[in-house]
Amino acid sequence: MSRTHVTCTINGDQVDFLTSDDTSLLDALRVELGLTGAKEGCGTGDCGACSVLIDGRLNCSCLVFAPEAEGSDIVTVEGIADGDHLHPLQQAFLEGAALQCGVCTPGVLIAAKALLDANPDPTETEIRYALAGNLCRCTGYDKIIRSVQEAAVRLKGAAR
Amino acid sequence: MTVTEDRPAYKWVGTRPIRHDGYEKVIGKARFAADLDLPGQLHAAYLRSPHGHARIVSIDTTTAAGMPGVKAVVTGADFPDLDPADPNFDVSVNVMARSTVLYNGHALAAVAATTRAEAAAAVAAIQVEYELLPVVLTLDESMADGAPLVNENNVTKFVESDGPSNLATVNVLERGDVDAAFPAADLVVEREFDTAYVHQGYIEPHACVVDVGPNGKADVWASSQGHFMVRSLTAAILGWEPSRIKVTPAEIGGGFGGKTTIYLEPVAARLSEMSGRPVKLVMTREEVLRATGPAPASKSRVKIAASNDGELIAIECWFGYAVGCANDFAGLVGAMSVASYKFPNLKLEAIGALTNTPKTAAYRAPSAPQAAFAIESVIDELAQALDMDPIDLRLRNAVEEGDPTAMGMPHPRIGFVECLEALRDSDHYQSPVPDGAARGVATGFWFNIGEQSSATVNLNEDGTATVITGSPDIGGSRASMALMAAEELGIDVYRITPVVADTESVGFTDVTEGSRATFSTGMAVVNACRGLIEELRARAATILGVEQDAVTWIEGSAVADGHDPLPLSAITAKAKSTGGPLTVTGSLNAAGAGPSFAAHCCDLTVDEETGQVAILRYTAVQDAGTAIHPSYVEGQLQGGSVQGIGWALNEEYVFDDEGSLENASFLDYRIPVASDLPMIDTIVVEVPNPAHPYGVRGVGETGIVPPMATIANAVARATSTRMTSLPMSPPRILAALEAS
Amino acid sequence: MRYAAPTTVGEAQSLLAEHPGSQVFAGATDLIPQIRAGRPAPPVLIDLKRIDQLMAVIHEDGQWRIGAATPASDLTRNSDFTAMFPGLSEAMGLIGSDQIQNRSSLGGNLANASPAADSVPAMIANAVEAVVASGDGTRTVPVAEIATGPGLTSLADGEFIIEFTVADTPAATSDAYLRMIPRTEMDIAIVGAAVRLTVDGDVITNATVVLGAVAPTAVTVSEAGAALVGAAIDGGSIDGSAMNALADAASAACDPIDDKRGTVAYRRQVAGVMARRAAAIAVDRAQNGD
Repeated sequence: MSRTHVTCTINGDQVDFLTSDDTSLLDALRVELGLTGAKEGCGTGDCGACSVLIDGRLNCSCLVFAPEAEGSDIVTVEGIADGDHLHPLQQAFLEGAALQCGVCTPGVLIAAKALLDANPDPTETEIRYALAGNLCRCTGYDKIIRSVQEAAVRLKGAAR
Repeated sequence: MTVTEDRPAYKWVGTRPIRHDGYEKVIGKARFAADLDLPGQLHAAYLRSPHGHARIVSIDTTTAAGMPGVKAVVTGADFPDLDPADPNFDVSVNVMARSTVLYNGHALAAVAATTRAEAAAAVAAIQVEYELLPVVLTLDESMADGAPLVNENNVTKFVESDGPSNLATVNVLERGDVDAAFPAADLVVEREFDTAYVHQGYIEPHACVVDVGPNGKADVWASSQGHFMVRSLTAAILGWEPSRIKVTPAEIGGGFGGKTTIYLEPVAARLSEMSGRPVKLVMTREEVLRATGPAPASKSRVKIAASNDGELIAIECWFGYAVGCANDFAGLVGAMSVASYKFPNLKLEAIGALTNTPKTAAYRAPSAPQAAFAIESVIDELAQALDMDPIDLRLRNAVEEGDPTAMGMPHPRIGFVECLEALRDSDHYQSPVPDGAARGVATGFWFNIGEQSSATVNLNEDGTATVITGSPDIGGSRASMALMAAEELGIDVYRITPVVADTESVGFTDVTEGSRATFSTGMAVVNACRGLIEELRARAATILGVEQDAVTWIEGSAVADGHDPLPLSAITAKAKSTGGPLTVTGSLNAAGAGPSFAAHCCDLTVDEETGQVAILRYTAVQDAGTAIHPSYVEGQLQGGSVQGIGWALNEEYVFDDEGSLENASFLDYRIPVASDLPMIDTIVVEVPNPAHPYGVRGVGETGIVPPMATIANAVARATSTRMTSLPMSPPRILAALEAS
Repeated sequence: MRYAAPTTVGEAQSLLAEHPGSQVFAGATDLIPQIRAGRPAPPVLIDLKRIDQLMAVIHEDGQWRIGAATPASDLTRNSDFTAMFPGLSEAMGLIGSDQIQNRSSLGGNLANASPAADSVPAMIANAVEAVVASGDGTRTVPVAEIATGPGLTSLADGEFIIEFTVADTPAATSDAYLRMIPRTEMDIAIVGAAVRLTVDGDVITNATVVLGAVAPTAVTVSEAGAALVGAAIDGGSIDGSAMNALADAASAACDPIDDKRGTVAYRRQVAGVMARRAAAIAVDRAQNGD
C-alpha cells in the first residue's frame, strides 16, 4: 500500500511522518508518532477521548484522515503544559480530583482548553455544553466542571 | 460536606492530597492497555456470530490463513474443552465459542496479522456454516413452558436439577409468616416492574498485548480489575499452569465490575504462541457493547404491607434476572436490598434465567439496583398513601446494628439511620421544591466484601516508602493506600510511592470487586506498616542502645526517654548496619467488610408534552465509614449516582428479533453527557467500620443502587404517574402519561 | 483507499470521473463511522476542504453563498448569518458536539441524506438552494429536491454540491428550529421542526413548516404553514386554535417508523409539539427583530 508523506506541526514541533491514506489522525498520532495521550473510546466521534486541537479548533482525531493534517498545527494533551509547568487546567484537575480512571482526561482537558481559549469566563451551563462531546463514566462530571471553573478563575488572574 | 461520628484525630487520613498517579494522567503519559506496542507485534481481530443462536456446523479458515499478512488463526478447537461443571467453563465458552454460538456477537474465531486491516480482511474470509437455533431474548421467553434451551450446558444452581434448563439460579429467603401478615395489614401496595439490559459503559475498550516467548512463558499486559484474576482465568482457559503467565497491570480506563472477568487474553496468548510474535487485541466500541458484560434485565413483583401509623409489616417479592447466555450469580444478591427495613415478615424469591444475549457481568452492586428500584418505589407509594414524609417512613423502619439482614444474620454497626438523618437535615431537603418541579427520595445499600490482598512496604535509604499492592487503581486507590501508610508510618504522604505491581512482584490479590480495595488491600498495607514499625523500633533500639520496649513510634520518629527523637530517615540511612533492608509484607483474607448505606434525593421536572425529564438538583448521602481520601469518596458517590441516572432515564439495550444489538454505539447507547446533569452534591457520613483499623467501608458500589427509584419517585410526584419500567425515556414517559 | 485533496472543482470532478465509486467529503463525520460499520471503502477519498469556493461564506447583493464544506461552527459563530437565520444557525449548532461542529458541513449534512439531518428542515424552510457541480457547469436545485430517501439523493454520479445560496430574509421574517432528543446533546433527532414565518404587526402573513426525522426525507407541511397564515398574535402569543391546527397538521403529515430512537406514536405526537414551540419562537423573533 502506498503511503503518504505528511508534514505538520505537533505540539510546537515540526513533524513529518508516513501514513497510509485510510489511517485516522488518531492512529497516526498514537502509532506513528508515539503520542498515546489521545485515546480511542469509540472511533465514531461520540466520546471525545481522542480530542485534539487542529489549527486551534477542537476535533475528534478519530474522524480525521491522517493526510488531512498536512500543513496543520496540532495540539495534543502532551503539548498543553509549558515544560514542567502544568497548564492551569491540568493543575486544577489534579487538585480538584477531576479524574478517576483518567482515560477520558486527555480529551476533556483539550476540550476544556478549547473552551477557555475562546471564552475565558464561561458559565456552568456553557462548560457543560462545551464538554458534552466528552463522555466520562467515572466522575458524574461534577469535579470536572468545578475544576474547569477553577482553572478559568486562575487563568483570568494570570492574565490580569 | 461530611458528617462524622467520634473518631481519633488523624494527620493524613481524611486529607485530600493530589493523587500520586495524577501527573502522568493529566499529561497523557499514563499507559492504558491499548497504549502499549511491542516490536514485531501482530494485530488480531475476531469473527463474531451474526446470529443470536446457532450450531456451528463447520468453520473453514483455510482461505483466511493464506491471506496477506496473516500469521495465525484460532477457533474454539484451539482451546481445551473444560468440563461443564468446571467453575471456569462458562467464561471459557464465552471467550471462544465451541460447538454453538450463544448470542449475536459471540466470538468464534480470531486472526492475527501484521496489520489490523489484514486481520479484518482475513476474518471476513472465514467460511462458517451455521444451523440456526431458536433465539430466546427475554425473561418471559426463557421461562415459558416448552421454551427452547438457551444453552444446553446449563443446569440450575442452588436447587435440585434434572438436566439442562434455562433457569440459572433459584434463591428463596423467608422469615415470619407473610401469608398471615398481608391479610391483616392496614395497607398493601403491590406493583410489577421491569428494567432493561444496561452496560457498564467504561470509556476504555478492553485491550491487551500478549507475548508468548520461546520458553512458553506468556507476558500479558492488560487492563482489568485484577491481574491475578486475569492470570488464573487465562491459565484455566488455556489449560496452563498459572505460573506460565505473568500479568502486568496497565492503567484501567473504567471497569465498574465489567472488568472482573476476561475476554481477550487467552485468545491473544494462543495467537502469540502459534505465531511466535506478540499479539495485540483491542476491542472496538461496537464489540464492547455486543460482547461484554451488560447487567441483567429484570422483572419483579413487590408487595409490601404497612400499618396506618407507618410500620412496615411484611414484604413479598419475586425478582427475575435475565442473565444472558451463561450462568451467573445474580439472583441471590439482589435480595439484599430488602434488608434495609425491619420487616418482621419476609418472603423473597430471586431467580436468574438464561437468554441468548451477551453473558452478563458485574455492574456496581450487581443486581441490587434492579431490586431497589422496585422496592423503593413501593415504599414511596406507601409513604404517599400514608401521607407520610418519605424519609420519616424510612427512619421509622430503618435497620440498625443487630437487626437481621434478609439472610438472617445480624447487621454489624451500620449507618443507615445516620444517612437518612443527614439527608433529612440537608440544605437540599430543607429547601422548598422549586416551582413546577417534584422531589424524590430513595435509599440503597451494599454488603461489600473482604477477600485476599497482599501488600509489601519497602523503606528506602532516603526515608521514603514504596507501597506495593496487587490491586489495580480504578479510581484513586493508590492515594488511599499512601494515605493509610503515611498515617501509620508518620511520614509525609508525598514521601510514599504507591505502586501496583505485576503478578510476579507482589503477593496474590483478589480482583477488585465488592468495594474491597481500600478496605482489604488497605488493611494489608496497614499490617505491613505495623510490621515495619516493629522493625523500626528494633533498629532504633540498636542505634540508641536501649531496649526495644523503651522505644515508641510517634509521628514518624522513634522516641525513647533521654534521647532526641530519631526520625525514620535516620533509621533507614543506617539500615545496612542495623540488620539490612527494611521491608515487610502484609497479606490477609479480610473479614468484616462493612455495609455502606446511602440515601439520595432528586428534584426534577417532567415536560408533559415530550416526556423529557430534567434533573435540577441531586444529593447523594452515603456512609463511608471513614473517608480516607474524601475527594475520591465523593467521586464514587457522584459517579455511581450519574450511572444510576443514565440507567433510570435513557440507557437500554435494543435488540432486534434475532438478537442483534441495534444500538451498539455511544451515539445510541445513551450514557449521560455533561449537559444532562446538575452538580451532584454529596454528604459523606462517617460511621466507622469497627472491623477496619481506620473504619473504612467500601464505597464503590452503593451509589448506583438508589438513583432509579429516586428519579421514579420524583416523576411519580411530578406527574401522578408511577413509572414501573426502565428506562424512563421520553417515549415511555409520554406513553405512560397518555395511558393514565 | 487513496486520499486526494484537490484545490479546484474541476480537479475534484476529474478524480470522480477517473475513479468510479469515489467519495467526496468535507467533515467525514458520517463517512468514517459508516466505513467502520462496513460500508465499502471508496477507491479515492476526495477532500473538498482545500477548494476555496467550498469553504467560503460570502454575503453580497442581498444573497448569501455558503461553501458546501464550510464547518458548521463557521456559521454558528458568524453573527451576521446567525442574526438573519437564527433557526438555521441553531440547527447547525445542534449537529453533534463542538468537535463535530468543527467538521460537519451543510453539504455533508444534506448529501448524507439522513432523514434526521438537523440543518435540512431549516434550509428548506428558508428556501435555500444547492449549487451542484455537474458536467461542465453547475445546476441549481432546491434543497428539498436533493435527498430522495434515507441515504439516497438525486445527485448523479460525478455530481457534488459546491455551495448553497439563500436570499436575505425580508423584513419581519424569522425562523426557528427545535428538535427532540432524549439527552441534551449528542443525539440524533427523533423529531425536528423548522418554522419560518413573516408577520405584519400582529398577524402572521407567511409561514413555512418543515419536519425532519418523521418520514424518509424532510417534509414541508403546507397545511401546517397554512394553519399559521392569518393567525393573530396577541401579546406575543399565536392564536391558540391556529397553534392547535398547526400541531394537528404536523402530526398528520408524519410518516415515521418505529426504530431504536423512537416509536411512530411518539414521533407523531411530538412533531406537533415541536412545530408549535418552534412557531412561537419564530414569531417572537420576527416581531422583535431577534
